[in-house]
Amino acid sequence: MNTIDISIKNFANSLEKPSNRWYAMVFLLAIVALFGMYALVRQFLDGQIITGMRDNAVWGIYTANFVFFMGLSYAGALISCAGQLLRIKWIKPLMRMAELLTVSSLIVGAPFILFCLGRLDRIHFLFLHGRIQSPITWDVIAISTDLVFCIAFLYFTHIRDFAKLRDYPDLKVANWRKKMYKILALGYKGTDEQKKYLHQAHDIMAAIIIPTAIIAYSLLSLLFSMSLRPGWHSTIFSPYFVVTAGYSGLALLVVIMWIYRKNRKLEAYITNLHFNYLAFGLVLLSFIYAYFTFSEYLTDWYNQTKTFNMLLDKFFDFNQYAGLSVFHIVFAFIVPVIVLGFPWLRTINNVTLVSLFIVIALWVKRYLIVVPTLETPYIPIQDVRSDFVHYSVSWVEWALSFSGIAVMILIFTVASKIAPIIPVSEVEDAQNLEKPMILFKTKGD
Amino acid sequence: MKSNDHSANRRNFLKSTFTLGAAALATGSGVVLAHNNESGATTKTEKIKVLTTEGKVIEIERPVDNCKINPCAPPIGNDARQGIPGRSFVMVIDLARCKNARKCIEGCQEGHNLRPDQEWLKVYLMKDNPASEPYWFPRQCFHCDNPPCVKVCPVGATFKRQDNLVLVDDNRCIGCKFCVVACPYSVRIFNWEEPPKSDVSLEEYSPEVSLPAQVGTVSKCDFCADRSREGKLPYCASSCPMGAMYFGDRNEDAVSNGTETVRFTQLVKDRAGYRYREELGTKPNVWYLPPVNKMFDYESGLGDLSEEKQKVYDDIRYNTNGKHK
Repeated sequence: MNTIDISIKNFANSLEKPSNRWYAMVFLLAIVALFGMYALVRQFLDGQIITGMRDNAVWGIYTANFVFFMGLSYAGALISCAGQLLRIKWIKPLMRMAELLTVSSLIVGAPFILFCLGRLDRIHFLFLHGRIQSPITWDVIAISTDLVFCIAFLYFTHIRDFAKLRDYPDLKVANWRKKMYKILALGYKGTDEQKKYLHQAHDIMAAIIIPTAIIAYSLLSLLFSMSLRPGWHSTIFSPYFVVTAGYSGLALLVVIMWIYRKNRKLEAYITNLHFNYLAFGLVLLSFIYAYFTFSEYLTDWYNQTKTFNMLLDKFFDFNQYAGLSVFHIVFAFIVPVIVLGFPWLRTINNVTLVSLFIVIALWVKRYLIVVPTLETPYIPIQDVRSDFVHYSVSWVEWALSFSGIAVMILIFTVASKIAPIIPVSEVEDAQNLEKPMILFKTKGD
Repeated sequence: MKSNDHSANRRNFLKSTFTLGAAALATGSGVVLAHNNESGATTKTEKIKVLTTEGKVIEIERPVDNCKINPCAPPIGNDARQGIPGRSFVMVIDLARCKNARKCIEGCQEGHNLRPDQEWLKVYLMKDNPASEPYWFPRQCFHCDNPPCVKVCPVGATFKRQDNLVLVDDNRCIGCKFCVVACPYSVRIFNWEEPPKSDVSLEEYSPEVSLPAQVGTVSKCDFCADRSREGKLPYCASSCPMGAMYFGDRNEDAVSNGTETVRFTQLVKDRAGYRYREELGTKPNVWYLPPVNKMFDYESGLGDLSEEKQKVYDDIRYNTNGKHK
């Protein structure tokens, strides 16, 4: 990579007085988020009768969203931590976006499992009467651990930039923000000792977060595979979920890169090369993902067991889920491989558009994991009420879903006003690095 | 000492069920019997003849004790998690006798103050293979010995007791519905909206009675343990006009449908009793007697149903045996 001019003064402008457009955007996002809050209050007061969930499909898009957002967070963690540990130079400019993706999707995703609770007023029972045998308890422990680690890592990678902002005299921001930078920089002066310790802290956090994220996401899959249900009770679910998560998160990272590149004029930092590399990652993951999907269905389909066939029939029935299945297969596998696989189609805009569709297709996949299986129990559903037979999403669930997306964008919007979206100090480091560091040194080194 | 208690218990149980049976015969209906027994019988007395030490037969009066299990009142709070010592409740359902009269459902709904659309007990139309005839299949909670629902509960709101029962503590339930998902028999239902008002106050709530129901919590069949304490059969068993449901105690090896009391082991052995989806390893405590030599044609069970409701069973009735496909 060519040397690029990286200095805090290039980013000072993006942190100073927000434009009217920025305020308008925050206002709009806040309204969407607040409408979601209103929906939640209504659900709390009126009971879950106002959602689309009923007996049989007792979980709906809340659970799908939960799995989806958790998955996004996993990819961000993996990318930033791998970049840190393996000293991958080109990843450095993307690290902050990846970390913000991790933290924001964790913050947004985790509450979705709580929206499923019929008694939100008893939420503290999870700690008061917690039972370690339950996969929900595993999730509570794993996700909260993951969240703490990821926030810590996000903060650690901010410290040097905060110090830079504190020491930059021409920064035109309010006094309280200057004070805030001073406090957040924790007295970092850049002495050799401080450098060494901070660097070690980065490495340690990165090394902890990778397994934590994998564990957290594997445990998430057990929420399903521990239940005796066709389509869920599968040994492949944990690795399958981890791959799906990495795939969806990487795709969303491309979309975020594109938005910031356009919006903040970051063409010098986020280059064609980044899109090319990530596109390669996406093609690779789409093949692995297709392999897992194929293995899962083939194994179950081959023996033609009665209950699984009932589920499979629904995936091929255009009155039921065939539409969504086809959408999922086309945009999670066929289109990415074609568009990202051929160099003449692989433009920055194309890569981004395909990535956006991958994200949507993988949300659809989560929906296809949760709902059809719940509608296909061992004992056939013999009910005249159509809402007890087929799940349909109510306005409350949509409102909360969109407010989740709004909160996620809001976190990005605000966070990128506090510190530069490109981790200045990290990129600087990478530039000064003569050769990549060796992770495991042999005795002679 | 313990075995003495045990046989005394068993005598009591057999006696009570036999008298229940006799009374049911006399009145001609188990339903009437259940209502008769509820009318404050504890204050009544009865006359019995005893032999004195002098060898004389005298008649004495003693209060009729309806309480078969001490304490008679259903336990509240954590006490309800222990179960009734020495008991092992089971149920046997004779599929040859079921004609989908739906009296069991109505009895259960009335007894547990459920809305008409809430069914703890459902009667399914089943068909095991394309060649066999469909049959009616009543399904309540199987009170499994290896209950998947209890495993997944994050707060211990649902629990397994030593008397076989799997109950839900609605004061503890957070409504995550993981148990509903985990149950392979679709037994559990969720209170999506405010349940009907109950006479029982929240302070008196016992998981054995399952009243009053609370919005946002899970509920299901409780095997009517509170009625067992009074020596009565569960609502479903006592309302069944065909006597298709036998309820009893495996330790006593006795089950009763209100008109006859039989040995559990003998019944299951002679009639090739089986448990639904044994292969899942949940070890249910409800046995089914296969629908052989059925007393009723399955179609007689469709008679009273609305056309809309009948359509629900079309899949089973036509498509799978190739008549219409």
